[in-house]
Amino acid sequence: MKSRLTVALAGNPNSGKTTIFNGLTGARQHVGNYPGVTVERKEGTLRYGDTEMTVVDLPGTYSLTAYSVEELVARNFIIEEKPDVVVDIIDASNLERNLYLAVQLMELGTPLVLCFNMSDMAAAKGLSFDQEKLSRFFGAPIVNTIGHKGEGLKELLARVEEVARRGVQGPVSEIGYGREIEAELKTLVRLLEEENQIPEGYSPRWLALKLLENDREVGALVSSPAIRAQVEKSAKRLRGILGEDPETAIAAGRYGFISGACQEAAVSSVESRHSYSDKIDSVVTNRVLGIPLFLALMFLVFHLTFTVGDPLMGLIETGFGWLGDVVGGLWPEGSGSLLRSLLVDGIIGGVGGVVVFLPNILLLFLAISILEDSGYMARAAFIMDRLMHRIGLHGKSFIPMLIGFGCTVPAIMATRTLENRRDRLTTMMVAPLMSCGARLPIYSLIIPAFFPGNWHAPLLWIIYVTGIVLAILAAKLLRSTVLKGESAPFVMELPPYRMPTLKGVLIHMWERAGIYLKKAGTVILGVSVLLWALTTFPRPSEADTARFDAAREEILAGGHAEEEELLEQVDFREAEAALRHSWAGRIGVMMEPVIRPMGFDWRIGTALIGAFAAKEVFVAQLGIVYSVGEADEDSDSLRDKLRENYSPLAALSIMLFNLVSAPCMATIAVTRRESNSWGWALLQLGGLTVLAWVVSTVVFQGGVLLNLGI
Amino acid sequence: MPLTLIQPGRSVRIVSVNAGSGLQGRLSALGLVPGAEVTVLQNCLRGPFILGLGCGGRIALGRGVANRIEVE
Repeated sequence: MKSRLTVALAGNPNSGKTTIFNGLTGARQHVGNYPGVTVERKEGTLRYGDTEMTVVDLPGTYSLTAYSVEELVARNFIIEEKPDVVVDIIDASNLERNLYLAVQLMELGTPLVLCFNMSDMAAAKGLSFDQEKLSRFFGAPIVNTIGHKGEGLKELLARVEEVARRGVQGPVSEIGYGREIEAELKTLVRLLEEENQIPEGYSPRWLALKLLENDREVGALVSSPAIRAQVEKSAKRLRGILGEDPETAIAAGRYGFISGACQEAAVSSVESRHSYSDKIDSVVTNRVLGIPLFLALMFLVFHLTFTVGDPLMGLIETGFGWLGDVVGGLWPEGSGSLLRSLLVDGIIGGVGGVVVFLPNILLLFLAISILEDSGYMARAAFIMDRLMHRIGLHGKSFIPMLIGFGCTVPAIMATRTLENRRDRLTTMMVAPLMSCGARLPIYSLIIPAFFPGNWHAPLLWIIYVTGIVLAILAAKLLRSTVLKGESAPFVMELPPYRMPTLKGVLIHMWERAGIYLKKAGTVILGVSVLLWALTTFPRPSEADTARFDAAREEILAGGHAEEEELLEQVDFREAEAALRHSWAGRIGVMMEPVIRPMGFDWRIGTALIGAFAAKEVFVAQLGIVYSVGEADEDSDSLRDKLRENYSPLAALSIMLFNLVSAPCMATIAVTRRESNSWGWALLQLGGLTVLAWVVSTVVFQGGVLLNLGI
Repeated sequence: MPLTLIQPGRSVRIVSVNAGSGLQGRLSALGLVPGAEVTVLQNCLRGPFILGLGCGGRIALGRGVANRIEVE
C-alpha cells in the first residue's frame, strides 16, 4: 500500500465540490495552471494516518465527453494521470443528473468513491435511497457528507484509503446499450484488438464506446484507417436503425441505467423539491421585474464596494505615505540621493498606488462570491443573455463589463466564468473601455477647467456612454474578424439557491485577491522602477543645477518678503527642466508629431507615459510639467495653466484619449496572464491605443474644421 | 413539435435533439435526452427558457437551442 496517494475530486458544477476540497485541505492549498490552458489547477495536501494524500480539485464537469476546456482538463487528468482514487462529488438532491458522470467514471474503470453531498438538503426534500443497493450498482462505496458543516469528511477519507488499498473490485455492472449498439461495440472491440490499437491503460470496450460517441480526443488516439472506416459504418447503420445519432442513444442508455438504479433503490421520493427555488425564480427571472432587480443589486454591490472601500483606501494611502516618509527620513533633508528617490518615489509610490485598490477589489470579489455561491449569478447571466447576444457576447459577459467600471483588473479576471474562449477573449479585449475608477480624477480635473457648470454632468455622462458604445462596436468588430464564430449556445444549469458559507466566500475572495497581489504585484514593481528611471534619467546637467542653485542663493541674499514662495517657484522650474531633460520628457517631445493631430503637446505626452503606469498618475504628472507642485483633481492653479494652454476642444480630445487608450500596465499584465498569451495583451494595448488616436483625432480635427476649437 | 411552442407549466417528453455534436453532448450530460420528461417553467415569447427536469434540475436554454428540441 502506497503511503502517498493522489486523490482527484470530480463532480458537476454546483455540487459543492470546492466546499469539500476546502474542508479536506483547509489552507494547505496550492493554485497553479494546467500546462497550456488558463484553467487553474488546485491542489492541497493532507495526512490521514500514515498516508499523505494529494487532493486535486478538478474543474466542474457534467460528463467525460469534453465540451469546455475545463471539462477537457478534468477528463485528461483522470485518464492520463490516473489518480489512485477519484471521488465523485454528487449533489444528492439532484441525484440522477449527477450520477451521469458517475456512470461514465464507472465505465472507465477508475477506483471510485461516491460522495453524496448536501445529504441534509436531500433528506429535507424527502428523498432517501437504499444506498447499499446503489453502491452495488456502481461498484463504489457511498459516503454521505454535508460539505458546509464538514460532516462526513472523516468517513470519506476512510473510504478513499480503503478503495486505494483494494483497487477496483471488478466486475462492476456493465451498462447494456441494447442489441444494436452492443453488436457494433463487439465488432469494434474485436477490430481494436486485432489491429493492436489499444493505448496503455484503456479498456477496449470504453474505447469502442467513445469512438461510437464520436469523441474527438479518443478518435485522435486511434490511427488505423480500418477502424475509422468501421466506426463510420457502425454509426451510419445505427443512425438508420435507431433514427438518432449513436451518441444520443448512448447517453439515453446511460440515463436508462441511472433511472433503473434509482427506481430500485428509491425508498421514497416526494415531488416538493425546488419549490422555494422556483418561487424565487418566478420573481428574479420575471420578464418585467428581472432586469430592474438585477440593476438594483448591481447598484448595491457598487455602492458597498466604494462606500466601504473608500476609508480603507485612505488608510492604505496614509500607510504608504508614512512608510515613504520614514524611509525618506533616513536621508538628510533635501538630499538628492538616487537610492532614496528610487525607494520613495519609485517603489513605495508605484506599488502603493496599486495596493491602494486592494480594499475595493476585496469587497467587489466578496460581493461577487456571495452572488455566485448563492446561485444568483447564473440567473443574472440568464437575464442578460438576450441583450448581450445582440452585440455578439454571451450573457455571462455582462458581469465582467460591469466590474470594469470599478477596476479593469478584476473585470478581466472575472471573465473566467465564460466557457467559450472566443466569448472570453472578446470580453477581455473590450473590458478596458468601461471607464474605470482611476480615470475619474482626470475627468474631474479637466471638465471644470474648460466647461461651464451646467455642462459638467452631461459631459461626464457622454464620456462614459462613449466608452460603452465603443465597447459594443469593438466587440462586434472582433466577433466578425479575428474572433469569428458562433457564440456558445446558451445552455446553463440553474442551481437551487442556497446560503453561501462564510468560509467558502472568504476563500473565493482571497483566491482572486491573492492573484492580483502576487502576479500583478511583481510586474507592477518592475514597471514602477522603469517609469521612475524614465522620469529621473538622465539627470539634469551640472550647469542646470548650478543655475537653479544660483537663483536660490540670489533670492536668499535678496531678503525678499515672499522668499518662501519665490524659492518654491524655482524648485518647480527646476523640476520642469529636469523632467524635460529626462527620457520621459524626451519621449514626450518625440511623441509630439504623432499626438499633435489630437491637439496634444509634449507635456501631455509625458503625462500619458505616467498614465500607463496607472491612469490617475496623469493628473500628478501634469502637475509636475506645469510646475504647480503637488497637484490633485481639485487643483485650481493647474486648471488655470491648462486653460491658458489648451482649447476646450483639445481638452475633450485629452479626456477621450484617456478613456480609450492604452489600458494601464496592470491591465496588460492581467490580460497576458488570463489569455495566456502576449499576443492578446499586445493586441489590446495596440488596438485600443490606435482606436483612441483615431477617435481623438477625428474629434479634434473635425472640431477644428467646424471651427469649434475657438 | 419544437419545444419553443410549449406553454409554461406543461410537461412534455423529448422526442429528438438535433444539435451539433458538441452541444448535443452537453445537452445529453444535462439530461436532455430522447425519452426524458421535462416541464416548461418559463417561456416568454422571446428570450431564453427555463426547463424543469424530471429528476429535479433546472436548466436555462437559449431559444436557438430550444428550437432544436422536438417534444410531444
